[in-house]
Amino acid sequence: MDCRSPLAKVRGLGSAKSGTLHWWMQRVTAVALIPLSYWLITFLNLSFHAPYQYMVVWLIAPVNTVCIIAWVLAAFYHAALGLQVVIEDYIAAEGIKIIAVWTVNISFFMLVLAALVAVFRILLVG
Amino acid sequence: MAAPSNRPTSPHLQAYKLPLTGIISITHRITGVLLSGGLVFFVVIMSVIAEGLQSYDNMQVLTAFWPIKLIYWGFSYALVFHLCHGVRHFIWDAGKSFDRDTMDRYALIELCISLIITINMLLFL
Repeated sequence: MDCRSPLAKVRGLGSAKSGTLHWWMQRVTAVALIPLSYWLITFLNLSFHAPYQYMVVWLIAPVNTVCIIAWVLAAFYHAALGLQVVIEDYIAAEGIKIIAVWTVNISFFMLVLAALVAVFRILLVG
Repeated sequence: MAAPSNRPTSPHLQAYKLPLTGIISITHRITGVLLSGGLVFFVVIMSVIAEGLQSYDNMQVLTAFWPIKLIYWGFSYALVFHLCHGVRHFIWDAGKSFDRDTMDRYALIELCISLIITINMLLFL
C-alpha cells in the first residue's frame, strides 16, 4: 500500500525502495565472514613465515581454495556495502556522493577480479 | 537534495560525552574503513604468491621488519574488534540488550574477548 500523496511521489520523496537488500546483504556477508575469517588469518600468518612451497600446498588444498575465494567474495562485498553507508552519511552533495559510491564499487569489483586471477594462477602452477 | 548549509546546527558531538558504547560504535566504523583499505594488501600478497618463489621471498624480507609486523598486529586487532562488535549488532538486530546495564557490560565483554582472540592469533604467528 502506498500512503504517499501524488505530490510527494512526483518530488521523489519517501523510501528509496532498495535499502532493505543493502541492509540484508550486509548481515548475510557478515555471518559468512565470521567462520571465513579463520582462513584469512591462517593465510596471512602463513604468508609471513611459511616457505613458498608450503604456502602453495596450503592454498591449492580444495577446502582452502574454496574458503579463501568465498572469503574474497564476502569480504569485498561487505566492504563495498559498508563504505557506501559511510559515504552516504558524510557526503551531502548528491553528485560527489554518487561518484564516490560508484568509484568504491568499481574499485572493489576490480580488486575481486585481481584476487581471483591470482588464485587461479597459483592453482595452474601449483 | 542537499540541506541548506547556512543554518545553525544544534550542538551534539562537541557538547556530549560519548558513552562507552558510543566510542565503540565510532571505532567500529573507523576499523571498518581501515580494514576495507587493508583489502588491497590481501590482493597484493596473493598476486606476489602467483608471481613465484623469488617475489615471495622478497616479500618476506620486507614483512620481517618490525614496523610492518606492528601494522599487521594493528590490522589483526581491528579485524577481531570489528567482528566482535558485529556480533553485538546481531544481538541488537534481534531486539535484545538495549538497556543501559547490559550496554556497558556487553561493551566490556566484547573488548576483553577481542583482546584475548587477537593475542591468541598472534601467539600462533
